[in-house]
Amino acid sequence: MTTRRNVLIGAASLAAGAGLVSVSPARATPASMDAAIKKVVGSAPLRKGKVTLSLPPLVENGNTVSLEVSVESPMTPENHVKAIHIFNEKNPLPNVISARLGPRAGQGKLSTRMRLADSQRLLAVAELSDGSFWSDEVDVIVTIAACLEDPG
Amino acid sequence: MVRTLINVPKTAKKGEIIAIKTLISHEMETGFRHDNMGKAIPRDIISLFVCTYNGQEIFRAELHPAIAANPFIAFSTVATASGTLEFKWTGDNGFSATEQATITVE
Repeated sequence: MTTRRNVLIGAASLAAGAGLVSVSPARATPASMDAAIKKVVGSAPLRKGKVTLSLPPLVENGNTVSLEVSVESPMTPENHVKAIHIFNEKNPLPNVISARLGPRAGQGKLSTRMRLADSQRLLAVAELSDGSFWSDEVDVIVTIAACLEDPG
Repeated sequence: MVRTLINVPKTAKKGEIIAIKTLISHEMETGFRHDNMGKAIPRDIISLFVCTYNGQEIFRAELHPAIAANPFIAFSTVATASGTLEFKWTGDNGFSATEQATITVE
């Protein structure tokens, strides 16, 4: 049955759909995330462990999402965290932040706030002073995505 | 006018690990949005944050558009000596801001 309400709803969803298509930028893909990780890690193996990436598993607003990375390390001149990188799978770009620290940090820890364009997988990579790379990944569900809506 | 918020303890014991929290007001325009006319809004972000402690660099971060507006960065350092911590943000369109905090180490 075609009522005025149905027509309006149809028109609205069409408009929304068209809007999404026209504004939605090229997305980072698992492949481009892998490429970004490769750029940092090079040919060294990326092992799981030592790194903890913590953020809420269910995010209501993707515009600001608090997250923390902590790396197990004694943080001595001989054995410390050199860098912490965060990557994402579905924002327009795969990189989020790359931080350089050293033994003077006292602990391998970093907190920030990021945008999430969609429910996706996040990966934190720590580079240690011995040249090894360690990682942790987290799947996160986002109900209101960042990046896509236009400014008012 | 750029507003910043820095949280560094005023005093610390020598060798203590202190938490440093920084916040700066900035749009962090991603470059992926469009205005009402469908025109792309150019990227305008802070791309680099550097912290020095008595002139020596202790922390540096490259930021990407995925960092939320009003970038918040928290990290830590070992309190080595009394002195000044300097924070510097730089970014697109010649953006630059610096802030200082002093610490007394006993």
